[in-house]
Amino acid sequence: MNIYLNTLKRDLRVAIRNPSSVLNPLLFFVISVSLFPLAISPEAATLSQIAAGIIWVASMLAVLLSLNALFHHDFENGVLEQMVISHHSLPLLILSKIAAHWILTGIPIILLSPLLGLFLFLDGESIKILMLTLLLATPSLSLIGAIGASLIVGIKNSGMLLSLLILPLYIPILIFASSAVSQAQFGLDTTGQLYFLSTILVVSIMATPFVSSVALKISLE
Amino acid sequence: MWKWIQAFASPQNFYRISEKIIPWFWYPFIALTLVGLYWALIVSPADYQQGESVRIMYVHVPAAWMSLFIYVVMATAGGIGLIWQIKLANVVASVSAPIGAAFTFLALVTGAVWGKPMWGTWWVWDARLTSELILLFLYLAYISLNNAFDNPKTASKASSVLAIVGLVNIPIIYYSVEWWNSLHQGSSVSVTKVSMQIDMFYALLLISFAFKFLYGTLVLMRARDEILVREQNSRWVKEIVMEGDK
Repeated sequence: MNIYLNTLKRDLRVAIRNPSSVLNPLLFFVISVSLFPLAISPEAATLSQIAAGIIWVASMLAVLLSLNALFHHDFENGVLEQMVISHHSLPLLILSKIAAHWILTGIPIILLSPLLGLFLFLDGESIKILMLTLLLATPSLSLIGAIGASLIVGIKNSGMLLSLLILPLYIPILIFASSAVSQAQFGLDTTGQLYFLSTILVVSIMATPFVSSVALKISLE
Repeated sequence: MWKWIQAFASPQNFYRISEKIIPWFWYPFIALTLVGLYWALIVSPADYQQGESVRIMYVHVPAAWMSLFIYVVMATAGGIGLIWQIKLANVVASVSAPIGAAFTFLALVTGAVWGKPMWGTWWVWDARLTSELILLFLYLAYISLNNAFDNPKTASKASSVLAIVGLVNIPIIYYSVEWWNSLHQGSSVSVTKVSMQIDMFYALLLISFAFKFLYGTLVLMRARDEILVREQNSRWVKEIVMEGDK
C-alpha cells in the first residue's frame, strides 16, 4: 500500500517544486473562459445561457493540456520503466499518479468554477450543480485521459495528437454535465445526468488503469 | 482449425492466397452493384412523400451501415492482433481504418445532400448525425495515432488499444447524443420487421452487399501492399521484388 501512497506524494511534491506546470493549465482555464464574453456579448442573458458549456469545454481543454506531462517526465528519466518492471501492480501505480493529477488540476478547477460562474452570470443553484458535475466528472477526465497519455508516451511532439485521441471520448461527459447545469437553470431535476456521470466515473475507475497499463507496456517496448 | 488459421495468417501465405481470393470479392461487387443500381434507380418506386430524392438512401444507408461494420471489424481484428499476436490481424485493422473513414464521410455527405431537400438544411445536430460525425473523428484519431509511430508493430498495438476503447465508447456516445430530440427518421429496417416497399428493400440489400464485397476487395488489396512494406526485410519479399524487376 505504501508504495502507491508514496507515488502519489512524490508526484505532488514534484508539482509543488515546479509550480508553473500546475498553474499554467489553470491560468489557461480562467483566461479562455473570460475570452467568451468579449467574443460573443457581455449581456447577462446570453452569457448565462452558454455558461455551462463554456466552463465545461474550457475545463476539458485545461485537463488535456496538463495530461501531456502526466507520464512525460517519468518517461524521460526512466522512472516509468522501473514502474513497469517492478513487482508492484502497475494499474495501481498508474491510479496513484492519476489521483495526483486530479488533485493538482481537477480540484483547483472545481474551486475556481464558482468564480467563473459568477463571471458568466450563473445563479447560485446552477453554480452548485456545476460544481457537483465537475466533482463527479473531472476524475473521469483524468482517468480516460491517462489512456491517451500512455499511448503517446514515447512519441515526440505529441501534444496535438493527445487532443485528437481523447476529445471524442470526452463527449458523453460533456453532454451529461452541461445538460445537468442547463436543466438546473430552468429549475428542473438533474438526478438523471448526475447518475450517468457517476456511472461513467465508477466504470472509469475500474477499467481505465488496466487499459492504461497495457498501453504503457506497448509504448515502452 | 487453429493450425489452418495460423498457416493462412502467415504473411507469405496470405500474400500468395489473397491474390486468388480477390476476384471472388471483386466480381460479385461489380455484379451486385449493377443489379442493385438497376433496382434502386429503375425498378423501385419513388417515395410517396420524398419523391425521387429517396434514391439517395441506396447509397446513404449502406454507407452508414458499413461505417459501423468496419469499425467493429477493425477493433476486433486489433483485439485479435493484441491477444494472439497474429500479424495479419494487425495489418487488417490498420488498412481498414481509411476505408471505414471514407464510408463514414460518404454517409455524412450523402446525408447532407439528402437533408437539404427533405429537411431544408444541410446539417442538424441530431443524434445519429452527431454520432456519425464522432465516429469519423474516432477513425481519424486512429489513423493519426497509427501514423505517429516509426515502428509499424508498436503503431498497430497502440492504435488497437485505441480502437477497442473507442468501440466501448460508441454505444455510450450514441445514447448520450440521443438525449436531444431527433429530426432523423426512425430506422425502417430491423432484423424482424421491414417497414418499406419491398423493391426498395431489395435495392437497399443489394447495394449493401455490394459495399461489403467492395470492402473485402479493398482490404485484401491494401493488406497485400502493407504486408510487402512490413516484411520488406524478409527473403520472400525480396524475391518477389526481384522478379518484378525482370
